[in-house]
Amino acid sequence: MPDFDSAINELRLLDDISGKDSFIHRIHPVAKLITTIIYILITMSFDKYSLSGLMAMFLYPIFVFSSSGLSMKNGLYKLRYVLPLICLVGIFNPFFDKESLFNIGMISVSGGTMSMLTMVAKGVLCLLSSYAFVATTAMDSCCAGLRRLGVPNLIVALFLMTYRYVFVLIDELSNMLIAYRLRAPEHKGIHISAWGSFLGQLLIRSMDRAEELYNSMELRGFEGDFRYAGCRRLERSDILYMLILIATFVMARYINIARVIGGLFV
Amino acid sequence: MIRVDSVTVKYDNENEAVSNISFSIMEKEAVGLIGANGAGKSTIMKAMLGLVPFAGSIHVENIEVVRDNIRKIRRKLGYVLQNSDNQMFMPTVIEDMMFGPLNYGHSHEEAEKIADQALIQMGIENLKYRHNHKLSGGEKRMAAIACVLAMRPRILLMDEPTSALDPYNRKIVIDRINEIDRTKIISSHDLDMIMDTCSRVILLSEGKIVADGNAQEILTDKALLEKNHLELPLRITRG
Repeated sequence: MPDFDSAINELRLLDDISGKDSFIHRIHPVAKLITTIIYILITMSFDKYSLSGLMAMFLYPIFVFSSSGLSMKNGLYKLRYVLPLICLVGIFNPFFDKESLFNIGMISVSGGTMSMLTMVAKGVLCLLSSYAFVATTAMDSCCAGLRRLGVPNLIVALFLMTYRYVFVLIDELSNMLIAYRLRAPEHKGIHISAWGSFLGQLLIRSMDRAEELYNSMELRGFEGDFRYAGCRRLERSDILYMLILIATFVMARYINIARVIGGLFV
Repeated sequence: MIRVDSVTVKYDNENEAVSNISFSIMEKEAVGLIGANGAGKSTIMKAMLGLVPFAGSIHVENIEVVRDNIRKIRRKLGYVLQNSDNQMFMPTVIEDMMFGPLNYGHSHEEAEKIADQALIQMGIENLKYRHNHKLSGGEKRMAAIACVLAMRPRILLMDEPTSALDPYNRKIVIDRINEIDRTKIISSHDLDMIMDTCSRVILLSEGKIVADGNAQEILTDKALLEKNHLELPLRITRG
């Protein structure tokens, strides 16, 4: 069960990273959220053969990762589960679109290959930017941002409570797994005969804990509407951050920067 | 200040967790609720907070504990849960501490100021920005008490405040509890701690009050304690 342990650690690590302090962490969540959404929309709007145009869009994740102290290696490592899916979607393109676009030496590059590579690049960029947003914005700040954008309180509260509940569930599961492992050291996983009672117990224990947590919230004045500690007003620096980046994305969308730079040398 | 009249709590239709008990607590009194497991200590606290349904009546500063008054009641009572993990639900200590004051309409700045004061009161200013899941048991307990103090309650209810603490942290928690100048109701098996913090003790057994009086007298009554599945505080046993 080391995979489970590492998954728990990854989730906790993400929560820790999002609470760090850096220039990017300090940007208002609404500004970051809007920037990320626009970045994703612009990235997705690139032409299916425009791989070179898309190259400039890599600058944004690089900028956010380096400014916030995030590890690009970790970011890419986290894509390992989703990346195969993206590749799977585009894998048939080379078979359907065989028209040659250009040659690299003796090798002819077909439209299908280009569109597949573009699709993978778009996927990587969208996922990296989403990860950068989540890793630099504490969940409470995300929720405060969503509220400011007019998302109904019920949805935001549900989202936040679900996020908190995941940790409760993980804690309980972790304790139960330790207890199981100590008494069944030769089992590789949980034996099928124990699945039913294990899941039942997990559910009951988690519900008990969740109820206690909710009581604790109610006793401290919670009445369904979160007042977020990390919530502050949008400042001029936040708006400036958002506008500069969005302007850069729009510029990158209409000017093929890679081609312009390449033209300087060719 | 608190009046409990003929209160009965049933968790199911047959078994009474608390059976027809009555007592009063005066302002600034420190009362220890003691008793064996299942005696009804936590249940009576939960009844005061309106967390469990009960028969009879409970008044807190002349306000009856009924659904319509629950907000007023909960502003007066601060409850420290037995398990601090269940109390601390925000990512960091400061966010957890500001949760209550923000809910009660304080501005962000005011809430932070109140939280800072509670941190200073508990002597844990260094924990302000720490992540809750990275705190030690003692730190978590201190932070949980600080969270409740940040609500500025008139009455403090504490459920096993020293459970699972090492002697060093236990001593710190006891000292801090003694420094809190409010009405306190402390439920615990730790009779040494009760002796250190409470002037009055209510001994519960199977949901009924067996003894109610001076802490020193009850906690040195070996026969009474043993009859109710408790033991003399260690300091008395050791002389």
